[in-house]
Amino acid sequence: MRYADEFRDPGKARTLVAEITRLAVPLAAALGRPLQIMEVCGGHTHTIFRYGLKAMLPEEAVEFVHGPGCPVCVLPMGRVDDCVALARDPKIIFTTFGDAMRVPGSQGSLLQARANGADVRMVYSPLDALQIARDNPEREVVFFAIGFETTMPSTALTVLQARREAIANFSLFCNHITIPATLRAILESPDLRLDGFLGPGHVSMVIGNRPYDFIAQEYRRPIAVSGFEPLDLLQSLWMVIKQIAEGRCEVENQYKRVVPESGNKQAVAAVEEVFELREFFEWRGLGSIDHSGVRMRPSFAAFDAESKFLMPNLTVADPKSCQCGEVLKGMIKPHQCRVFGSACTPENPLGALMVSSEGACAAYYQYGRLDMKAPRPAAEVQV
Amino acid sequence: MCLGIPGRVVEITDAANKLGLVDVCGVRRQVNLACVVNEDHSVASCVGDWVLVHVGFAMSRINEEEAHLTLELLRELGEAQSEIDAMRRVN
Repeated sequence: MRYADEFRDPGKARTLVAEITRLAVPLAAALGRPLQIMEVCGGHTHTIFRYGLKAMLPEEAVEFVHGPGCPVCVLPMGRVDDCVALARDPKIIFTTFGDAMRVPGSQGSLLQARANGADVRMVYSPLDALQIARDNPEREVVFFAIGFETTMPSTALTVLQARREAIANFSLFCNHITIPATLRAILESPDLRLDGFLGPGHVSMVIGNRPYDFIAQEYRRPIAVSGFEPLDLLQSLWMVIKQIAEGRCEVENQYKRVVPESGNKQAVAAVEEVFELREFFEWRGLGSIDHSGVRMRPSFAAFDAESKFLMPNLTVADPKSCQCGEVLKGMIKPHQCRVFGSACTPENPLGALMVSSEGACAAYYQYGRLDMKAPRPAAEVQV
Repeated sequence: MCLGIPGRVVEITDAANKLGLVDVCGVRRQVNLACVVNEDHSVASCVGDWVLVHVGFAMSRINEEEAHLTLELLRELGEAQSEIDAMRRVN
């Protein structure tokens, strides 16, 4: 219990750990394996590692499975290649969040494209990209729109602003993806062993909790929508395990101080006005998932980079040595990957999970290296 | 990207476009307030609100205690400074 003392409320942390242990140990013994709980959001993964939550819990009874909720980490190579192709066009100023700069594509990353002369600019907000468009009326400004439901309202509202001002040289390259469809794909996986979910708090801040009802009702798995404090995560974990112990499957909201049951009406309205579901979207490591992405509605074609510009739009296979897909599906732990920490490091990422601080591999690299009990493959593969 | 950062609305700069100046740890930048404005909470009444800011948009009103706890968490995760640096970059 060395770590509990670092918590804001060590007493509460100890109580929660004791309660989780009391409930989980007999459940795991009956199953013959630890309870497997997926934290969907990469922000949660970061907190779990930073605070050593795994080490506080009995490893024979509770296992965290790190979910796909890091938008940068699931960007397929082909989409990065499209970005690089756009950025190389001399009439285009390509704008992006900093996180996406280092994601490798088959033609290198945006950072490398910039080093080779492409006009790639890092922005904090899509509003900053819109300002660049106002300031450069003779150039085309493309914003690389990525992220789950948390960031969708911001790009939707930016496009609505661009339309109000009739800014003709601004467009989005839309790569937004949705959490509920992704969770459905994970739940449909034939080798699924997940027993419950910690739901992404800031996605729910936008869409509310009802979009997860199918998890409890159709797939009979409990879920607790969680905040980002270590105590939030322990409490959410306790709520999920308590549901399992009591034979309940419900959508519970641990993060009530930020998440209203029905989400944010204004945000959802903006998203629905600008975006529509794609039939499918390609994910790095997970392949194609039905209805998991959105594109811009035809009425916004003037602001849609996919309508305005030609792009390679190719599916590109991940490097053979890269095992991001197996990590994303929870089949192996990050350090069991052939290239973890050797050919693939946060400084020189080969796979996207090593790029962002929210990626499971980067989190393992930064915090988890003293706690790697699962065996690695015998031979290192040179790439 | 998904964590956001708390700040306090100090001034409305463009009521028609629902834009206001938000102070995040001493750094002020223009933030879109559309998602925290509704029929019961006008743009003008946002001044003084603590809000959770995601990529330049206020996404949720939070209380002051929650704001300070979240800032503390972000500092411990090493995310606060990078978020503030990013905000400062283009303003």
